Amino acid sequence: MKRVVITGAGTLNPLGADVAATFAAMREGRGAIGPLTCADVDRLSVQIGAEIRGFDPEAHFPRTRLPLLDRFTQIALVSARQAVAQAGLELAGEAALRAGVVMGTAGGGNTTVDDNYRTVYEQGKNRVHPFVVPRLMHNAAASHISMEFGLKGPAFTVSTACASSNHAMGQALALLRSGMADVMLSGGSEAMLCFGGIKAWEGLRVMARDTCRPFSADRAGMVQGEGGAVFVFETLEHAQARGAAILAEVAGFGMSADAGDIVMPDLDGPVRAMRAALSDARVAPEDIGYVNAHGTGTLANDRVESQALRVVMGAHLDRLPVSSTKSMHGHLIGGTSAVELLACLMALQQGVIAPTINHQAHDPDCVPDPVANTARAAKVDVAMSNAFAFGGLNAVLVLRRTP
Amino acid sequence: MHNCDAIRQSVIEIIAEQALVDPSEVTADKSLADLGLDSLGLVECIFGIEEAFDIAIPFNANTPDMSGIDISSVGSIIAEVEKLIARQAA
Repeated sequence: MKRVVITGAGTLNPLGADVAATFAAMREGRGAIGPLTCADVDRLSVQIGAEIRGFDPEAHFPRTRLPLLDRFTQIALVSARQAVAQAGLELAGEAALRAGVVMGTAGGGNTTVDDNYRTVYEQGKNRVHPFVVPRLMHNAAASHISMEFGLKGPAFTVSTACASSNHAMGQALALLRSGMADVMLSGGSEAMLCFGGIKAWEGLRVMARDTCRPFSADRAGMVQGEGGAVFVFETLEHAQARGAAILAEVAGFGMSADAGDIVMPDLDGPVRAMRAALSDARVAPEDIGYVNAHGTGTLANDRVESQALRVVMGAHLDRLPVSSTKSMHGHLIGGTSAVELLACLMALQQGVIAPTINHQAHDPDCVPDPVANTARAAKVDVAMSNAFAFGGLNAVLVLRRTP
Repeated sequence: MHNCDAIRQSVIEIIAEQALVDPSEVTADKSLADLGLDSLGLVECIFGIEEAFDIAIPFNANTPDMSGIDISSVGSIIAEVEKLIARQAA
């Protein structure tokens, strides 16, 4: 089986407009949760979120192209450009046929849907812009990435709610291992900080009104964010042949379905997904030096995820740093595990573990070491990233440091 | 409500905006393809014109020649818009 490595990373998320800025925020434990600025925010009971500030689409895309690009696609394209530039990737001819893209998103062009429902329902208009469909479709980001970089091989979108990006990257890994492609761009993005997107989440009554405090005894729920990240995955031999710098190895992937409840997490499903990922990476639980938790900050997730980690890690959990960066960038829904993989990269590459900020009180039902509030230096050889979605769909990635 | 010069100027400006050209280049004899507009550019123009004049242009991209309107050139588009506005006013 072919080994797969990461040779490029890019991101646009509430913590920063590139990987360096995101790492800096994570190191400093700087959160991006603040007041929401969407239309009709006064009609929302949840008025906070982690927005991407200061992003000017017109600085990145020609005016003629923008009508085709929902915000989730813009985020994906900006991230992909950074990743491709870092990887020094140039694809033409046969190589382009062996390159593809798998992206994750939960809501796709949610903002486009929201805007155009306003047009026809609120404003009573009977005409919408001709590009509503190509803007809102879930595969828009993957398609625009394939178009911009001429990727002509496997290209599709995975939508598994809050695990979308991990599932997407797991698919990219499988395609590369199986020999169906040599290079895959993969990750995910989400942009649903619009009235309808937030109102829908409000309905579930799992949202915090003040901030996100994963694993803290006084946690009050999740906080939504927007953003995404894209990585260049390629086979080790392909990367070596072209002399590319390797950021980390994508060592393993595991997934499972709870086959239980549509929203309540289960213990067994996450346990099986983590064990599958460890086994796939051929590592023991004791080899894991950092876990980026799903860590939503809800009562149910944090407790069940902590129990699942205890089952998988045993006594090693007492020495294992487990942080939730959602405390800083919010829950980016379908894009979240792509941005969270950056925290794993930072741990492996820079030896810095991102903290769980806003942590105020230890919860005996939660992980013993949530890396509370302050980043920590540590030598990490193997890192694990959890994503446990509504619908009981679990996806876990394991990254290994490369010398 | 609209006089012909104003309609002509408006249509030309909408097409020029989409084609990213100066309005002076949008002359009656040119087709939208001459101005560099593809099929998506065409539907954006039609949408822009419908919005500007609050009319419905019976254009179907599957049967562009059988839509009952002539969009073969800037001049014919202007003529069709004038007809649609006149029909609406009647």
